[in-house]
Amino acid sequence: MSEQATAREIDRSKMQVSDQVAIEINNMNKWYGAFHVLRDINLTVNQGERIVIAGPSGSGKSTLIRCLNALEEHQQGQITVDGTVLSNDLKNIDKIRREVGMVFQHFNLFPHLTILENLTLAPIWVRKTPKKEAEETAMHFLEKVKIPEQASKYPGQLSGGQQQRVAIARSLCMKPRIMLFDEPTSALDPEMIKEVLDTMIELAEEGMTMLVVTHEMGFARQVANRVIFMDAGQIVEQNEPEEFFNNPKSERTKLFLSQILGH
Amino acid sequence: MSDVSFVRTEMLPEQAPPGSEVGVIGWLRHNLFSSWINGILTVLSLYAIYYVLAGILPWVFLSVWNAGSLTECREIMNATWGGTHGHACWGVINERWLQLLFGFYPSYLYGRPILALVLLLLALTPILFNMISRRMNWFLLALAFFVTAMLMDASIFVWILRIGFAAATLFIGYQLVTLSGSDRAEQIAQGAKRLPNPLMFTAVYPFLMPWLMWGGTIWPPICAALGFVIGFVVLRFGKDHMSELVTMIAAVAAAVIWWLVLSGYVSDGLSSVLPIGIEAVESRKFGGFMIAILLGVVAIGASLPIGVVLALGRQSDLVIVKALCVGFIEFIRGVPLITLLFVASLLLNIFMPPGTNFDIILRVMIMMTLFSAAYMAEVIRGGLAALPRGQYEGADSLGLDYWQAQRLIIMPQALKVSIPGIVSTFIGIFKDTTLVSIIGLFDVIGLASAIRADTSWNGIYWELFAFIAFLFFIVCFSMSRYSMYLERKLQTGHR
Ligand SMILES: Nc1ncnc2c1ncn2[C@@H]1O[C@H](COP(=O)(O)OP(=O)(O)OP(=O)(O)O)[C@@H](O)[C@H]1O
Ligand SMILES: [Mg+2]
Repeated sequence: MSEQATAREIDRSKMQVSDQVAIEINNMNKWYGAFHVLRDINLTVNQGERIVIAGPSGSGKSTLIRCLNALEEHQQGQITVDGTVLSNDLKNIDKIRREVGMVFQHFNLFPHLTILENLTLAPIWVRKTPKKEAEETAMHFLEKVKIPEQASKYPGQLSGGQQQRVAIARSLCMKPRIMLFDEPTSALDPEMIKEVLDTMIELAEEGMTMLVVTHEMGFARQVANRVIFMDAGQIVEQNEPEEFFNNPKSERTKLFLSQILGH
Repeated sequence: MSDVSFVRTEMLPEQAPPGSEVGVIGWLRHNLFSSWINGILTVLSLYAIYYVLAGILPWVFLSVWNAGSLTECREIMNATWGGTHGHACWGVINERWLQLLFGFYPSYLYGRPILALVLLLLALTPILFNMISRRMNWFLLALAFFVTAMLMDASIFVWILRIGFAAATLFIGYQLVTLSGSDRAEQIAQGAKRLPNPLMFTAVYPFLMPWLMWGGTIWPPICAALGFVIGFVVLRFGKDHMSELVTMIAAVAAAVIWWLVLSGYVSDGLSSVLPIGIEAVESRKFGGFMIAILLGVVAIGASLPIGVVLALGRQSDLVIVKALCVGFIEFIRGVPLITLLFVASLLLNIFMPPGTNFDIILRVMIMMTLFSAAYMAEVIRGGLAALPRGQYEGADSLGLDYWQAQRLIIMPQALKVSIPGIVSTFIGIFKDTTLVSIIGLFDVIGLASAIRADTSWNGIYWELFAFIAFLFFIVCFSMSRYSMYLERKLQTGHR
């Protein structure tokens, strides 16, 4: 896959990893019916870390990050997000969803609302922000993703890359402490991938904690401080990007990398 | 050898299309005579249209307007055209149209259903056309009330009403004329107070309408409205102490207990102590097209929210809720409306405690509402199914709770997708109101039979049914056009 993430120098100065724990997963297991989809997952993510999750299709990457904001429920083990333990208690789930933003492969913008309304909806209804303030925040983030002029359009009138940037801005409007990305560029044409990756890089530069499922290995190399390789519902290998790409330990990782990088 | 490389140095100017493509000739060619088969079909269709119109138009327009009976009509026809065939006798409509519209409603009280209809339209405008400004809406309302006050018999109280509404009408009207929409928007942006939302009146209307139609003291509708207030209060203050589901059940239970057990005594008591009200009209005097509109409006207005709840219930994870909704929907859809109406007219009294006076029109209203709610639920379920999973996930991931997600994200889209189906159900239930003639209510169909039973109009069919068809057509066609307008308005680009 493409190695080009960005041409410019990446400012790693602010990408500091603190020793505060953002996400902690202990012995987590999940089944779909009888199908054991996630097996004994253990993972600790510190505040400020950028983690890329890779792996073949069906390996459970999406399922893993969707468990983190309770879009899927897990049956065994414990997930702690930002100090809150994920349980069936709706109050905890709501609390975690407020702190965790998520960006989807297919954007999931609300087609009946304008871009601005898409951005202000959750702050107004969930955070109870006054409308005016919410709109100001929304415009701020739209400027950040470089499409303030689209504020009054509907999602259907935007290109895929623009829609994905709106989706990122929409999550940011909730001022999340952690961002989850599930293949944010897989539904996009090559020239739009760059604009979305650039936005994500900027976010990383500001010190956001990010978990990114992606096949963009260029992005992983440049931005991630850890790459996780999953297969058959397990974490097979995790390492710093340099080591991960240049010196993979497991056979499955090697096979995967050779396929995806076309060596 | 041909030269493969080619570079255009000059862009070609735009040219007018050839004459055969534009203008009347072009249009005819394109649409009516594009091939010889098409041409033959066009000619045949034109002949068919001519044939039908040649039959109907003379019947409608070469007709008798002033006649007191069918015999008189025929005499006039014989004298004028030398035969009775092919001429309508509108005399029956001319003589009985008020009855066809109002049934046996006392004629000196016709103003009340008319006012109810006008207010209905005004209560609907903020829902149907959100481009009408608040000022316009309140102006029209004030005007309607002012006109009503002017038509009422003068008394000191009426004079106070007249002056009050005249002042309100003039004040809002003056603002409307002197201040353009953008100026007003500017004022509001700078913090000027907005007029209250006209939906307030829409919320009051369901209680005002029955009072206007049936009359009596003002307490029964007020007590009915109190049920909602009680439910709301329980919902509001229960939330802090109980879980959401329990609170909701408690709120519904409190409201139902109020309506079924307490409100009757309270309103009777208040009515005897403070008999403020207008002349009561019994249900058996209701009739004509008025019944169709009354039943149609109630069934339409109530079935949409009930249908939404049923559709959501059917998708619910709560097994019992789901089973109840599925059972209800499938049962109602599996039974002909007419049997439900017979249940309403005959059986329901058996289940009621003896001595309860459960109004027949109210019973029919409930049955028609439940009937169309079941269909509505299925139409809306179709709309829900058309939504991609991602919309729910998008809403969830932003932290919206179930009801917020439904109200802000899911329902607006699901309802929009289902507009054609919803409006079809509306039109269907509106036309089905004519079935009440079978259980002995005098709606238009029932009245038509009654009029034919009259010796002077014995034997007249077409004119009555043509008139009834015309009335229904106007309403149904308007609904259909409105749904098309709404679909266009809600179009926000492809997904
Ligand atoms: N709702 C579901 N019910 C049953 N099985 C499911 C469900 N969702 C996913 N699965 C299965 O779980 C496994 C993991 O799916 P998941 O979507 O997490 O994979 P992924 O690693 O994200 O793959 P991809 O790269 O294709 O997105 C797959 O085998 C899939 O078939
Ligand atoms: Mg996936």
